[in-house]
Amino acid sequence: MNGIHDMGGMHGMGPVEPEPNEPVFHAPWEGRVLALNLAMGFHGRWNIDRGRYFRENRHPLDYLSSTYYEIWLKGLEALLVDAGFVRAEELAAGRSLVPPPNDVPRVPGRDEAHAVISKGSSYRRPETAPPRFKVGDTVRVREMTVAGHTRAPRYCRRRRGIVQEVRGNFVFPDTNAALAGENPQALYSVRFEGRELWGDAAGPKDAVYIDLWDDYLEAAT
Amino acid sequence: MANSQHTAPLTPTAARVKALESILLEKRLVDTAALDMLIDTYETKVGPRNGARVVARAWIDPAFRARLMSDGAAAIAEFGYQGRQTEDLVVVENTPAIHNLVVCTLCSCYPWGVLGLPPVWYKSAPYRSRAVMDPRGVLREFGVELEPDVEVRVWDSTAEIRYLVLPERPAGSEGMSEEQLASLVTRDSMIGVGKVKLP
Repeated sequence: MNGIHDMGGMHGMGPVEPEPNEPVFHAPWEGRVLALNLAMGFHGRWNIDRGRYFRENRHPLDYLSSTYYEIWLKGLEALLVDAGFVRAEELAAGRSLVPPPNDVPRVPGRDEAHAVISKGSSYRRPETAPPRFKVGDTVRVREMTVAGHTRAPRYCRRRRGIVQEVRGNFVFPDTNAALAGENPQALYSVRFEGRELWGDAAGPKDAVYIDLWDDYLEAAT
Repeated sequence: MANSQHTAPLTPTAARVKALESILLEKRLVDTAALDMLIDTYETKVGPRNGARVVARAWIDPAFRARLMSDGAAAIAEFGYQGRQTEDLVVVENTPAIHNLVVCTLCSCYPWGVLGLPPVWYKSAPYRSRAVMDPRGVLREFGVELEPDVEVRVWDSTAEIRYLVLPERPAGSEGMSEEQLASLVTRDSMIGVGKVKLP
């Protein structure tokens, strides 16, 4: 989606403000939100891309005026309603209004949850076809307008770059977020010269490397 | 959670989170001990000290450095660092001629296994909007001034590849032990917004 989350190249956001000795969480509820997101993810009813889509898919004013963990809270609430775990009325009431169903999913306990996060979950998949592009190829990011989730930032669309590395075969976020299949395909590290992206505003020795899936790219010269 | 009982009433957001957690507990969808473990893991166990140890090892051990550059995830697994948000790790090396900087313009992707959770500024609109467009200006706000002939490479973490910057080893650190070197390595230097300095 052409949303406010896609911020690369925007002006007016102000200076970067690092916080000295920043705590990991600024309030206990931030840690609870992170943990609830991870723990509900264990049920496998959504995936990393759908999670991102539910966080980014909100009004720009809401997105910009929410803190990071407020966005994670709002995204989780929307995911829970979408997946049928919780009703919107229950969120409004702040309590459970219906008893748990008989087929409550099995919940990972402490040790199993620890094993899950320690192992991680790779989105790399076995290669099924040779990659279309090779290192050194010139490619162009397609003109594209995707209403749902996508990981091709607006600032690189229609721009030319050179393939630096073929990363392997990875789950395609656009379909994965829509629960429409993993559609794994080649992922490339593409180098864009700063002036290709920003014109004269960029320095001659600035470059941006972006990881882009095969479906985002077309051959160019 | 104990000390929150004695402070001010819950903010609206804190109350909303508490209500959500109790709904999920009533529905038997989460386990309190698992939630506490997850918070403790990312608050106290996983953090930039992990990455600093990796960097120090790479500085003193050329064979490890070679393994780190060719397969980052396998190399950090030698320290037991692996898992969520570090499944595929690419290490990019700063040199006198090339400076690398990592960002996620679309959200907040960050190599949790070696750096922990990202700081607020990394997730903020100012950094995400400008790192790709004006990296030298952003670096200046962190006190890093690059010579014009230094190439800047910005890595936008759009996929499930995570990036760690291997900063330059500071001059004058030749006699230091691996542990002493690790204590010099800052989180910011491994994101690419800082340089490692002697104390």
